[in-house]
Amino acid sequence: MRRYSLLLALLLLAAACGGDSTATTSATADITTTTAGETTTTGDAGFPVTIEAANGAIEIVEKPVAIISLSPTATEMLFAIGAGDQVIAVDEFSNYPEEAPTTDLSGYEPNVEAIAALNPDLVVVSDDLNDIVAALTAIHVPVIHHPPAVTLEDTYTQIEQLGEATGNSSAAAEVVGSMQSDVEALVDSAGQIGEARTYYYELDATLFSVTSATFIGQVYTLVGLENIADAAGGAESGYPQLSAEYIIDADPDLIFLADTKCCGETPDTVAARPGWDQLTAVANQSVIPLDDDIASRWGPRVVDLLSQIVEAVLALEGSTP
Amino acid sequence: MDLEPVTATEIRPARVGLRLSIIVLVSVVISVMLGILVGAVGLSAGSVFAELADKIPGITADSGLSARDSAILWELRLPRVVLAGLVGGMLAMAGAAFQGVFRNPLADPYLLGVAAGAGLGATLAIAYLPGQTQWPISPLPIAAFAGAVFGVVVTYVLGRSGAREYAASTLILAGVAVAAFLTATQTFVQQQNTDTFREVYSWILGALGTVGWREVVLILPYVILSGGTLLLYRRLLDVMGVGDEEADSVGISSAGVRLAVVAAATLGTAAAVAVSGLIGFVGIIVPHAIRLVIGSSYRLILPLSLGFGAAFLIIADLIARSVLAPAEIPIGVVTAFFGAPFFLLVLARSRRFS
Repeated sequence: MRRYSLLLALLLLAAACGGDSTATTSATADITTTTAGETTTTGDAGFPVTIEAANGAIEIVEKPVAIISLSPTATEMLFAIGAGDQVIAVDEFSNYPEEAPTTDLSGYEPNVEAIAALNPDLVVVSDDLNDIVAALTAIHVPVIHHPPAVTLEDTYTQIEQLGEATGNSSAAAEVVGSMQSDVEALVDSAGQIGEARTYYYELDATLFSVTSATFIGQVYTLVGLENIADAAGGAESGYPQLSAEYIIDADPDLIFLADTKCCGETPDTVAARPGWDQLTAVANQSVIPLDDDIASRWGPRVVDLLSQIVEAVLALEGSTP
Repeated sequence: MDLEPVTATEIRPARVGLRLSIIVLVSVVISVMLGILVGAVGLSAGSVFAELADKIPGITADSGLSARDSAILWELRLPRVVLAGLVGGMLAMAGAAFQGVFRNPLADPYLLGVAAGAGLGATLAIAYLPGQTQWPISPLPIAAFAGAVFGVVVTYVLGRSGAREYAASTLILAGVAVAAFLTATQTFVQQQNTDTFREVYSWILGALGTVGWREVVLILPYVILSGGTLLLYRRLLDVMGVGDEEADSVGISSAGVRLAVVAAATLGTAAAVAVSGLIGFVGIIVPHAIRLVIGSSYRLILPLSLGFGAAFLIIADLIARSVLAPAEIPIGVVTAFFGAPFFLLVLARSRRFS
């Protein structure tokens, strides 16, 4: 069993996005909002800039033109703010947008020599694995550590910081602004729900779920949905493994599958599980397959996720007068 | 390892055997009852028993359970209890058999590469065969089973070449090497597919959370075949316990017995592992606890391991799904966390008596 402790450690980092790093992000949020404001006034050419990431104050002397992203979320953010042509390489899991220069670099097992060989002038990571941040700092490559967001505010802050760091502040501000207004509109349109609806969010077929304390859980809370996993005793971690009995007894109104790509789960496979045919959500066809990638990232596409959730909620309202 | 064949239990085996049979039956029945009655969802004892009685031909009882509660009982809780019993009994008996045939108290059913092989098979299936639940038959247990059997066959072929008097220890060493190699391969595959960490991890720590009757049907034939074979060989294991040469001198082929026992125990363990993942400690704790109480006769240890192993794992699973209900904890954590101190307790008590 002991030899699996490494696996456990990696798993916790890989799957349980959040955890301890959350405090850092929230704490830095306030500081950076002001910094972001200042940079916007100085304009896109205002280098050098200093930003406050999870790994402290990072000074970027010139506008970076050889960025490496080891975080699929950061990749999405960089391309969304128009820094795509400054990106020279992204990690193996950065599959969006399509034009992202995907390489076999790993964000989970980062290799400092492989990264340094590409001569980056900025590296963005979401997890400080293998001490990658210290290693890159030691060879004078600026690193931005943007840990998994805990709130939408964190997402906005990260986008704004990437805008500053890459000389795309105004575009970043636009992205954040349109995200904010989209989110507001979506939340408003879902605001008509008469009664509280419950949902079960599935991370994989072994019934791992998320609680409302997680980033993804908060997105659901925005539209007034209640999470059945919040009752789980192990909810402190934010990622409890639920018992099948409990899910069936809780009988959630909606089931969201975030394991469609990874594990091939579909509304049909869910309906075929022993006992699950008893669920109202299965009978009402309220089992919603999500795109795992969108659901596990905290980038600009969180708006797409929210829109899918709102659509499901409204469909539910329509089906039950 | 215990070279004193004559113990109190063996002087009057018939009477002792009867008493032990009753004890083991009672513990299995009690653990099954508890397993059925306790869960994340509260179903009253009365309605559960009424629901069960209703299934007996000729009896009609209205349990008052809703269709959903009834599904929870029949499709989730009951198969889980039955499977925990089968897996626990199988692992405990296979562990006892391995300890006997290798005369090694630390032998467990995973000794010869079963665990590492199954782990590799399962990891390969999870990493490279997406959408398993859409397959007509889930490839995960089949891959785990194939990996387990592969691990032991390689171990056996490599370990057979040793000098005759070291046959047993050569086999164990070959098992260590094969397991290390397969585990390394498994870890490598895992590193290449970091997105499947959680799934592999769940499997490795053992899981009965999502099982149904399908898994029970899947392993039942193997448990019967393997269990039956091991029970048939239980007297020969007592002879083997003295030593290979001594066994050969009374006309028993020690190599033949070892091959048969290893094959049977492997088949059963592989089937158990295929549906439940790697549940540790059962194969060591249960047979040793029995041995400490009743002595070293495999004639009794094997059947008792089957019963107590079943009861032990049913209770362990009960704890796994109750402690943090409605969340679950991996059953392998429970078997180690509660099993190891329990084992030490038995060890301490038996020292005081002797």
